Amino acid sequence: MKDEKKKTKIIKRIKIDADQCNGCRACEAICAAFHAEPKYSSVNPARARIHVIHDPIRDIYLPVYAGEYTPAECAGRNTYTLNGKEYDECAFCRASCPSRDLFKEPDSGLPLKCDMCETEPPLEEPMCVQVCIDDALTYEEVEVEVEEEEEVKVEDLELGLEALIDKYGLDKIMKTVARLATPEAE
Amino acid sequence: MRYTETGFNLEVDLSRGNIEKVATDPRETEDFLGGLGTNAKILWDRVPPDVDPLSSENIIIFSSGLLGGTLATGANRTIMSTFSPQTGLMAFSMMGGFWAPELKYAGFDKIIVRGKADGLVYLWINNDTVEIRDASHLHGKGALETAELIREELNEPRARIMAIGLAGENRVFYASIEHERSSASRGGIGAVMGSKGLKAIAVRGTKDLNIARPAEFWEECDKVLKYIEFRRENPIKGVPPILAGLGSPQEMAIHDEQWHTTSFSWGNARIRRKDFWTEERAKQWSEVQAKSVERLISCYNCPMRCGAIVPHPDLPTHRYMMKCYSKLTYVMGAMADDLDFGFKIAGLAQEYGVDGYTAPQVMAFAVELYENGILTDEDLPGFPEKNEDRFFYLLDKIVRREGIGDVLADGVYWAARKIGKGAEKFDHNTIKKHEQIPIKLGMLNPIYYILWSTGEKINITQIEGQMPQAPFFTKELKEDFIKDWIQVPTGKEEKFKQFIMEWGEEGKKFPFWPPIDLICDLVEWQETMHYIDDTLGLCAGLSSFPLKPAYHIHNLPLLVSYGTGLDIDEDGLWTIARRIRNLVRAINARRGLRRKDEKPPEDHWKKRFPEYETKLLDEYYKYKGWNKEGIPTKKTLETLGLGYVAEDLLKRGIIAEEDDTPSNETSEEKE
Repeated sequence: MKDEKKKTKIIKRIKIDADQCNGCRACEAICAAFHAEPKYSSVNPARARIHVIHDPIRDIYLPVYAGEYTPAECAGRNTYTLNGKEYDECAFCRASCPSRDLFKEPDSGLPLKCDMCETEPPLEEPMCVQVCIDDALTYEEVEVEVEEEEEVKVEDLELGLEALIDKYGLDKIMKTVARLATPEAE
Repeated sequence: MRYTETGFNLEVDLSRGNIEKVATDPRETEDFLGGLGTNAKILWDRVPPDVDPLSSENIIIFSSGLLGGTLATGANRTIMSTFSPQTGLMAFSMMGGFWAPELKYAGFDKIIVRGKADGLVYLWINNDTVEIRDASHLHGKGALETAELIREELNEPRARIMAIGLAGENRVFYASIEHERSSASRGGIGAVMGSKGLKAIAVRGTKDLNIARPAEFWEECDKVLKYIEFRRENPIKGVPPILAGLGSPQEMAIHDEQWHTTSFSWGNARIRRKDFWTEERAKQWSEVQAKSVERLISCYNCPMRCGAIVPHPDLPTHRYMMKCYSKLTYVMGAMADDLDFGFKIAGLAQEYGVDGYTAPQVMAFAVELYENGILTDEDLPGFPEKNEDRFFYLLDKIVRREGIGDVLADGVYWAARKIGKGAEKFDHNTIKKHEQIPIKLGMLNPIYYILWSTGEKINITQIEGQMPQAPFFTKELKEDFIKDWIQVPTGKEEKFKQFIMEWGEEGKKFPFWPPIDLICDLVEWQETMHYIDDTLGLCAGLSSFPLKPAYHIHNLPLLVSYGTGLDIDEDGLWTIARRIRNLVRAINARRGLRRKDEKPPEDHWKKRFPEYETKLLDEYYKYKGWNKEGIPTKKTLETLGLGYVAEDLLKRGIIAEEDDTPSNETSEEKE
């Protein structure tokens, strides 16, 4: 039985099957062209909101979408080894960030972000998915349940706070909460 | 603003270390479009006919095509043009991959290189910043290895790089230029690059490429993509699997190699093994292939997975990329039965940078000379017993130009003449001094007779296509083929369809059928579509090569018009292609190409018909508006707006005012 407190919403999702990627970068070309003004009036993959990390000699083929902008770099960076291939953590990262020139307008340096090609009238699928006929990129819309009320149950919050008080002491937690609540005081 | 092209070329003089960004004349685009067309015009204007291909006066052009880098699927070809050390003629070579689109995004349509560097250098083009950089540390490095080292050195993983290997540095006449999964192999352009001391060209671009009529252009591109999808579901019926789909032959995806292994010749173009493809062999080869292919890969903006990543532990890069049919050329040349040998040696050969068609044939030729006592142990000290080992031995000698390798590095034609002692008789598969694909068949095929004879692109696969290679067996298959055959030029539909329907019936067989005018139509159509592709930078694998391709004479004029803003219809595009074809012919005529050079080897077919062959050539020359020597007449050139070419040829006495040769005797009769 469905919990009455919950409602549903549609999440748009691009599924990436890196094993199917042939490295052709058609997704980059169409993305750049679709977002040109007027549409399709220019092609420049450097403006694309998707980028294929492409390193044939290491058999690395990985399409990555532009996500949120962040003003800060990560402090430390990891590498991942998957099936014997080493990936830099940044390979999987969607952020437009200061540590790289990816997902930035080449002229202005302003951040780019994937908008799922939202347009009027809406497309059936984002353009990159349409041109990827080898199906490294596929599109799906899934219905997910979301909480109607607050995201975190009170008991959970209390539990979390208790843990923090245990760790840092009540005084320090109070001061921190007060500071976060009044950022202009900084 | 210029559309689909940047309007700029990069002019590099390696002798003086001079680099210039030069705006191009839009009228040249109207006359020759781009790619091969404008390359030919530059070669005609700038390289006098007596220039030695390996001298600093020769120039080499690295060009994108007119549609390169646009949304048109498969518009990614790099078209290199120069003069060949092997044939002495204009060298045609092209490659797919990613390089040409990147050049466009960097803001250039072509790089034109002249002169000769002092030492080994490479070019680094990063948008408008262009440097000639020292490459002395890259001496002797493999082509892929070089690209990896340069990417690291520049700290730019997105740089696209083409490079030569040791063969190019040592000016092997069939040295290639290699780029990731692609290579430009014919005519020895790698040797020309090597002669200039140019090891590699790296490019990175982040600029816009503009389209004149964006919505209409994309609509046509989208139709092309949808047609490619349609053809995946609907292969051509009644032809071998390797010919049923689009793309260059799907050698990496398809395991069934019956067609190549049983139709093409093995060894030094010597024998056909019609019983080679047994069930056991099929099983064995599929296993090797499955083990050898790590991933199927594509060129820029193309869904066709014609290439593959192949692991190769012996190479510094541990992997390489292969496409098309080079997995078989070495196997078949060495009579080696073992597909694994093909994958191994092809990887090494690509790192050295040699042509995967020519190199195995030169080696097979050397093995034959050895077996016939013309080359001896003195020429080949320590020559191994097994053919596979002999090929590794020979490859090494050739790319280093060591001992007999120095002779073999000039290709079969020149090596045979240098070796002498009857070696010339073993040179039986070259046309215009260049090795050809080893196909030796029974009955003269009149269409292919003309294609092989008159082609100047040296490779038959670069001028043939769209036509079935044998008649369909049943009426149903014939009808199925012609029912949606939309690719045929306007006005030829009935004629071509009738040909397909009748072909193979009693009395409708080669060599004396079909009528010569239809033969000429079919030859011209096939070749012309390739010239258009090479001008637009489109891959022949989606266009002029396979049966019922995605691009054809009806949608190409739309793409050109919507892309560039020029107004070009079917007739207009055809005329431009003819202009380019005739200019290429004139360039070669000026360098000495004559009728005597235009003939397939004597054993190309078992059944030959000398009088009929003469007639075929006569009629085709006439059809093209060429004189008896196969040179465009003054009238033909003037009609195409090439009056200045006619004037030059007249001045040199190559053509006469009247439509025929200066003398009545042809070069062939003189011989």
